[in-house]
Amino acid sequence: MIRQLDRYKETPSQTAGPYVHIGCTPNFCEIGGVYPHDLGSKMILGDVKGQEITIRGTVFDGTGTPLRDALIEVWQADAEGLYNSVNETRGKADPNFTGFGRSPGDMDTGEFTFRTVKPGRVPFRDGRLMAPHVTFWIVARGINMGLHTRMYFADEDAANKEDPILSRIEHQNRVPTLMAKPEGENAYRFDIHLQGENETIFFDV
Amino acid sequence: MTAPADDKRVGGEPNAAFREKKSAPGQTPGGQRDNVGNSYFMRDRSWHAPALTPLYKTSVTRSPQRAPLSFATTLSEETSPVFGNDTLGPLDNDLIHNFASDPAGAIGPRIVVYGRVIDEMGRPVPNTLIEVWQANAGGRYRHKKEGYLAPLDPNFGGCGRTITDENGWFEFRTIQPGPYPWPNGPNDWRPAHIHFSIFGHAFAQRLISQFYFEGDPMIWQCPIVKTIPTKEAIETLVAKLDMGATIPMDARAYRFDIVLRGRRQTLFENRMEGL
Ligand SMILES: [Fe+2]
Repeated sequence: MIRQLDRYKETPSQTAGPYVHIGCTPNFCEIGGVYPHDLGSKMILGDVKGQEITIRGTVFDGTGTPLRDALIEVWQADAEGLYNSVNETRGKADPNFTGFGRSPGDMDTGEFTFRTVKPGRVPFRDGRLMAPHVTFWIVARGINMGLHTRMYFADEDAANKEDPILSRIEHQNRVPTLMAKPEGENAYRFDIHLQGENETIFFDV
Repeated sequence: MTAPADDKRVGGEPNAAFREKKSAPGQTPGGQRDNVGNSYFMRDRSWHAPALTPLYKTSVTRSPQRAPLSFATTLSEETSPVFGNDTLGPLDNDLIHNFASDPAGAIGPRIVVYGRVIDEMGRPVPNTLIEVWQANAGGRYRHKKEGYLAPLDPNFGGCGRTITDENGWFEFRTIQPGPYPWPNGPNDWRPAHIHFSIFGHAFAQRLISQFYFEGDPMIWQCPIVKTIPTKEAIETLVAKLDMGATIPMDARAYRFDIVLRGRRQTLFENRMEGL
């Protein structure tokens, strides 16, 4: 451990590598019998409040090839904007909704799927409400530090217009890279582009 | 809001948190919580590997090329899922036995890995989930896409997990993994390593990395290790042999400590800790 100026230095990140699924979703990669189920495979545990939705998407590299070895995590508030977390002090979140999801992506296509609920609005630091959003975190071979971004909902126009994070994006023509598009009933698509013309906006937060 | 330039001194300067709190424009609805004064410190991106590291070839097409958007953490990054001890099975932190059908367990040098999780302020991080995965003693992973000629160990799965105790301590038992070659340069080898994933108490602390073993000359030849800019930072990923913590006639011990991002302290906490 290294301590500088009264602060320790954070442990450096290293790539999750090609075999991240062994550690994080072992049942998915045929290591059965160690854990009863893969962590984050179910976000909805019973009757939940709010609109149940499915989020699907694919992570693409700079050549337009889908990543088939990524691990995608999501973290979000419940339908009322409360987090199921010890750090949530504003009220008690829906006990049947974990807020945390983890998807290894389809072995052949790389497409990830989350069955979740549409999140409510969460306050920003100054009390203004942020638009409904889902935090995404992507790790894979070739990614040295997990990539953090947010998915917003294209059909929440009014809320998106007053979102304090979206409004501070300098190149507003890139904002659509953070928008999930409705795809049939109660379903959304959110594709992530690591590079290229449609490179997703990633966050340093 | 980006981190102030004097970010690094905040820990030694209790008034900084107070100053920031006073200038806060308001409280969050609900009233009890003023989360302005306790955002997480920005990541020191010059300490970590950059996204584009051409000697690690896969990073070339998988590294974002535009600057990331910076802002101070909000509730969305200051909260995180909780996994209680009821998540764990009795053998989850014993990779020697958690996949084995033979009671003798997996083949390889038996080790215990232990350490402490703290944040940048030195505060222990209790009750947080750590997941680990690794190759077997021959350097082979149990994975469909793995092509190394070294054989599988029928009694080794390669995954384990544990939760830190109330003081941030953790331990697990495993076999020391072997080094293995990987397709990058014509003859690149990974040093022996164990991958780990840790949650912390805020999504801002989420981290996946790898640790290595003291004295391994392969560490300094590895293109993945060398994505990290400084020797000083790399050394924090090297577990140290601790003969004092061995289990006699059973397993050697390695110590590996983890530091997660820290949070600005509120005035109240400063007072409490300064008492
Ligand atoms: Fe590895």
